[in-house]
Amino acid sequence: MLEIRDLVVKYGGITAVKGISLDIRKGETVALIGANGAGKSSTLHAISGLIRTAGGKIIFDGTDITGLGADKIVSMGLVQVPEGRQIFTRLTVEENLRMGAYVNRDRADAEKNYETALNLFPILKERAKQSAGTLSGGEQQMLAIGRALMSSPKMLLLDEPSMGLSPIMTAEVFGVLKSLKEKGITVFVIEQNAYDALELADRAYIMETGTISLEGSSGDLIEDERVKAAYLGGDI
Amino acid sequence: MINTAYFLSMLISGLKLGSIYAIVAIGYSIVYGILRLINFAHGDIMTIGVYVILMLMNSAGMPIFVSLIVSVGFSIVVGLLIERLAYRPLRDATEETTLISSLAVSALLQNLLQMIFSAQRQPFLLPKWLTAAHRIGIVNLSTINIITFIVTPVFLIILHYILKKTKIGTAMRACSENLTAARLMGVNVNRVVMTAFAIGSGLAVVAGLLLAGEYKTVYPSLGFVPGLKAFCAAVIGGIGSLGGAVTGAFIIGVAEMLFAGLMPTTMTAYRDAFVFLLMVVVLLFRPNGLFGGSEAARS
Amino acid sequence: MKKNRITDSNLIRLVIFVIVPLAVLCSCAAKPKSYFTGIVITIGIYIVLAASLNLINGFSGMFSMGHAAFMAIGAYISAFFTLAPQVKENMCPGLPDWLISLQIPLLPGLIIGGAAASLIALIVGFPVVRTKGHYLSVVTLALIVVVRAVIDNQGDITHGSRGLTGLPARSTILTVYIAVVVTMFVLYRVTHSDYGRGLIAMRDDPVAAQTLGINLVRKKISCFAISAFFAGIGGGLWGHYLTTISASNFYFSKSFDIVEMSIIGGMFSLSGAIPGAMFYTIIPEFLAPLESGFSLGSLKLPTMFGLSNIIMAVLLILLIIFRGQGIMGNSEIILDTWFSKDTYLAPFRKEEYQRLAALIRRRSS
Repeated sequence: MLEIRDLVVKYGGITAVKGISLDIRKGETVALIGANGAGKSSTLHAISGLIRTAGGKIIFDGTDITGLGADKIVSMGLVQVPEGRQIFTRLTVEENLRMGAYVNRDRADAEKNYETALNLFPILKERAKQSAGTLSGGEQQMLAIGRALMSSPKMLLLDEPSMGLSPIMTAEVFGVLKSLKEKGITVFVIEQNAYDALELADRAYIMETGTISLEGSSGDLIEDERVKAAYLGGDI
Repeated sequence: MINTAYFLSMLISGLKLGSIYAIVAIGYSIVYGILRLINFAHGDIMTIGVYVILMLMNSAGMPIFVSLIVSVGFSIVVGLLIERLAYRPLRDATEETTLISSLAVSALLQNLLQMIFSAQRQPFLLPKWLTAAHRIGIVNLSTINIITFIVTPVFLIILHYILKKTKIGTAMRACSENLTAARLMGVNVNRVVMTAFAIGSGLAVVAGLLLAGEYKTVYPSLGFVPGLKAFCAAVIGGIGSLGGAVTGAFIIGVAEMLFAGLMPTTMTAYRDAFVFLLMVVVLLFRPNGLFGGSEAARS
Repeated sequence: MKKNRITDSNLIRLVIFVIVPLAVLCSCAAKPKSYFTGIVITIGIYIVLAASLNLINGFSGMFSMGHAAFMAIGAYISAFFTLAPQVKENMCPGLPDWLISLQIPLLPGLIIGGAAASLIALIVGFPVVRTKGHYLSVVTLALIVVVRAVIDNQGDITHGSRGLTGLPARSTILTVYIAVVVTMFVLYRVTHSDYGRGLIAMRDDPVAAQTLGINLVRKKISCFAISAFFAGIGGGLWGHYLTTISASNFYFSKSFDIVEMSIIGGMFSLSGAIPGAMFYTIIPEFLAPLESGFSLGSLKLPTMFGLSNIIMAVLLILLIIFRGQGIMGNSEIILDTWFSKDTYLAPFRKEEYQRLAALIRRRSS
């Protein structure tokens, strides 16, 4: 579904991503785990076309999307839920969701997705006419995910969905991601919260200072001593 | 003792001026909202529009409303060209850089007008039927005044509808809050920006016609200072907020006319300074304007 | 790597940045009335203005567009001190008697003008620095409008919109370039002091700067006042160069000119003021002949007033698109050269010649 080959991302003189390669197959849930500044978000921004790549290729669904504009990439069905939610606080909840269907030309489909999103997150239904800024952090995250689902994406990218949320809300968000996985949506999630991410994902990549240091199935990684020590607060 | 009719006529002049500022301020406000760009060239688009109308009326003998429509079309093209050539290449640059670019564009347009039409003031006379006075109650209103009072709210309602109910309008509001998130929704930012410039430029010409009709003259820097005042209006109202821009414009228009009309003549020369000071005072107490949300951080 | 650059030789820099300019200035001083001298004087005054604007716009994180307001204050106040008493009796009867009868040389006059601009900056600074970003820029524009309104309407002091005439023409090459060097030296020391590092910290991260104990308001206002002082000096020099001033000399377009120079040269560099001012003065001089019409082959072009401004605007837009940080970026090569002992000792050191020779050899091989 998504193939990344030797991706390089630079900011000014700093190389944030130093030639990484990733593969995500259709229907899979894959996590990218790493500490702050490992280059995870840069990777994701490059995939979404928000920043220019300095090298490498990104292939989505058989098409080379390297260097395409963010709007083109979204309309191809590769949608990102950005870090820190980034919902439109001055728009209503409903308008936020409708913005999610911006690239969706099929009215009926958009309407159906709207109903689905409201059913998935009943709290949003109650708040539909409220301005999104009045929602709590967890509700905003639900809205952000719901908004991303509005365009019937083939694949969802999530940037630190648990960031800034309470443990209860985090559990709820991961519950939602799990249900997406069960629906067969391909998910690529970036997390610092390694334990929850590994619980959710089929496979995972560990990223350190711009390179992939480890990869494997979640089951293997969760048992891996190095991962335990570095990311799970292991009891060694 | 100030007589009521005088006061009323000043008030009406203020509202008229406010309407003109409002139409210009909206253009500033939507562009600023999306790009964080003070488009100094906005006032000059207004001037260009007036010159085009003048040419079409005088040389081609077109009726005023046809000239207006042609001029609106022309100015929209100019606005879009400016965006494409001078602002889009600077999309990722700092705010100061784009500010300078807009100053340069403004200088360019003013000098271009000067080169083509000379720096001399040229008379700009509206057809008689537009300036004919009608007595309504105790005040006199010309036809153009009455049109102004009808046209402004109509434009505002249409614009309000576009922003609130249409897809591109919602996208414009989304962009003005968070450009990155809007891009992640698949919004083609360039298209949104172009829409904003097109609306702003088109409206500017309408305002230009009303303004030049008021001044009865046109010259290359005609639009610059009124443009700045309209920007002050947008700032007072809280830039990025449509209702704010309109409220700010009426506050400035009325305050300016009342100041000019009611103050002793030694003070009236401070009219422009008064408008700018008003803005400074508002900013002191409301750093984001009267209706502006917190603008502090936008990624 | 950097050491291989030929401009790192103290000798070369001495020649380019000190000796050549000095030669130009001396030749100008020999012909004080020539057209060329006028250009060089204008450049000098613009350097003072652009460098002082860079202190605010490049180093403090504020973006002021109101430099013309402080220029106007400096020009008028200094003129009140340097004009002949009989002239003042005619044009400025509203001035106090002691001031009318007083006439002092330009230099103290300039300092008084600068101090007045600085004082006004301190007063208006309080409201100005409370605003942020673009709002601050617009508020500084408002300052220009207010200053102009005051000048135009206090006719018995300022002679209104008719302006002041008969200012002594004392902005000579010598005076102007003494001002340039002093301004540059002071600003250079300011930006390289603890105070200056505090400014840069405030520009880069105001919150972090606060946690270091920097009082943002005090810092911004003081920076504004220092900058205004030199803007006042620059305004005074400009006034005594023109010898006839009115508020329209210090309106938006003048302010924008200074802002544009500062951007062209690079607002993060004080030295940027030098190429910025030169570019802004010299290019239009070359373009001016175009305006009076010229023939291109068989094509005869008519007179086109405003053409040079149009070309300047296009150049400016191209420049910021393709080199957004300005000519100098944020380096201070020129000032480092001017104010370093090494530069002036270089001709007396053997190793400088050896190094230069080595560099040239490497270049040519």
